[in-house]
Amino acid sequence: MTKKQKKVLYRIIAAAVLLVILHFVPVKGILALVLYLIPYGIIGYDILRKAVKGILNGEVFDENFLMAVATVGAMALGLYEELTGGQGEFAEGVAVMLFYQIGELFQAVAVGKSRKNISALMDIRPDYANVEDEEGNLVQVDPDEVEIGTVIVVRPGEKVPIDGIVEEGTTTLNTSALTGESLPRSAKCGDEIISGCVNLSGVIRLRTTKEFGESTVSKILELVENSSMKKSRSEAFISKFAKYYTPAVCYGALALAILPPVIRLMLGMEASFATWIIRALTFLVISCPCALVISIPLSFFGGIGGASACGILVKGSNYLEAMAKTGIVVFDKTGTLTEGVFRVTGVYPEAGWTKDTLLEYAAYAECFSSHPISKSLKEAYAKELLPARVTEAEEISGHGVTALVDGVRVHAGNGKLMKSLNISFPEPSEIGTVVHVAIHGGYAGYLIISDVVKKEAAEAIAGLRAAGVRRTVILTGDNALVARYVAEELGVDQVESELLPGDKVDWVEKLLAEKNPGENLAFVGDGINDAPVLSRADIGIAMGALGSDAAIEAADIVLMDDNPMRIALTMKIARKCLRIVYENIVFALAVKALCLVLGAFGLANMWMAIFADVGVMVIAVLNAIRCLKVKI
Amino acid sequence: MKKTYKIEVDCANCALKMEETAKKVEGVTDATVSFMTQKMKVEFAEGSDAKTVMEQVVKACKKVEDDCVIYVD
Repeated sequence: MTKKQKKVLYRIIAAAVLLVILHFVPVKGILALVLYLIPYGIIGYDILRKAVKGILNGEVFDENFLMAVATVGAMALGLYEELTGGQGEFAEGVAVMLFYQIGELFQAVAVGKSRKNISALMDIRPDYANVEDEEGNLVQVDPDEVEIGTVIVVRPGEKVPIDGIVEEGTTTLNTSALTGESLPRSAKCGDEIISGCVNLSGVIRLRTTKEFGESTVSKILELVENSSMKKSRSEAFISKFAKYYTPAVCYGALALAILPPVIRLMLGMEASFATWIIRALTFLVISCPCALVISIPLSFFGGIGGASACGILVKGSNYLEAMAKTGIVVFDKTGTLTEGVFRVTGVYPEAGWTKDTLLEYAAYAECFSSHPISKSLKEAYAKELLPARVTEAEEISGHGVTALVDGVRVHAGNGKLMKSLNISFPEPSEIGTVVHVAIHGGYAGYLIISDVVKKEAAEAIAGLRAAGVRRTVILTGDNALVARYVAEELGVDQVESELLPGDKVDWVEKLLAEKNPGENLAFVGDGINDAPVLSRADIGIAMGALGSDAAIEAADIVLMDDNPMRIALTMKIARKCLRIVYENIVFALAVKALCLVLGAFGLANMWMAIFADVGVMVIAVLNAIRCLKVKI
Repeated sequence: MKKTYKIEVDCANCALKMEETAKKVEGVTDATVSFMTQKMKVEFAEGSDAKTVMEQVVKACKKVEDDCVIYVD
């Protein structure tokens, strides 16, 4: 509790004690009023002051005004009863004010606490950086003061404060605060590491490559902190609603206090002003819009906090809201649904050769080439290559390579190469890049190299579908055969291939025109080269953005690692968050409407009114906090 | 030009009111108040002095919400 909240707590206790004492003191008349005014003043002076100030400033209809009118009205009514010879009731006015303050205090504490919880979740801010002074002692300095190119030391258990390159030492890093991924990453000399990771095992020396303000950790913090500034449509709706709602209920209450007695008088009945004024006051207490106004931003804030704990950065409540209504998801293929790394996915030797020898000859023949294909062949071979075994290696541009491996002539390349050698070869039906191998002038078999589909990709597509996505589309620059194969394997509805970056924008425009009213289109890319598409889509999602500033800037939602399951998870979080928001809106409005009607007919008393105000708010806040919890 | 200020405000409704008020101050093109992060982001009009504009913003906000604090440094 803050100082301010403690002060309110003491006032509540003092007023409550006085109220109980007064209950047992047998005083009557004006003296009773004076005595009851003491706890009333203690508990309500700030509300009254605010109400008066509001009126002076032309801001009449706020909750302070509502409470002031309700309680002063109740006291005045008691006085009226006393003066007309009846039994005045002053305790109720004090009690209403007392419970209002208890509710306000509870709200402040609950909101403060959840705010702290969420902030703690996102707390990746490093407090210091270790710099060596002239004598070699470690000195802790403010990360802001560290210049680019300074060597900093990160010990086990400390956060990496600034992006840099490892100069000395090896270690493992926990990136879970950034990515939500619990598997540690290893880092060795020469590796670039990003700030915000926690160093787990060894001491490392780091040469900084960025200033603190430009480092990953600062960028992310800025993004998350600004996220609640971008308001969702629900929030905007509530602010607008509150603007009309409060004056409306005030006039409603006024009408309730005046019209029925006047009508009764005209009908020749007793006016019973007192009864109707009490009903009007009850009406006022019920009508406070707090529950709505507080619970909606809190829900979104919780959702954003929960998402960021999973390595999903949502740049604003509006995007979380939009994500929940996504109907079409468009994917870039390479690096999003596939690894974006080429691997040998099949080895098909002719009769007389084994898989291992085929791979060995192919790897050796390609060993001097820098082509990505040769890289994947070397990786697949996995054994160390002895360059001495290869002579007369030559690259035949657009065809492949030729070399003498252990003195044996080996050709490796595409169909054109085989044709030029007059070697007959089969047409493989497998998808991917084909490498034919001829050894000693005879056909030896072929290898297939292709981009590998991420193992979580199919599950992610299914997850999205389960979350309400009706259409999935792949847009890729790759050839039609490969694209169709990936789409079929993953169960994607539509695929458009051999597209240039500009074509992708056109396709997204076309898909945007085809979407149903009220639904959104999300584009998922790896953040490289697809900034225009990311910004054109309703929601741009960048994947594997760790360390890529461009992607963080262009996208609306940033997935820190490259696991496609996170897309489905984002959708789940968004839908849960929005469901809670709607629950709160409906629940609060329904209870208030019910109580307002009951109050108008005199069926609800002050106590019920207090529940309608404070109780509903507390329930709404507790419900909103559920957004923070994410089940993966 | 945009600047972010730390604020202290007790209720979400008051934060809304502060936002509305700040937007109306001369020299402010846009303002957002986040109750959750207790921050106010102000976008100043071209050629206006942030310091003098903020004085007006603080004054105006004090008027609608007595309890609020805006840390202008």
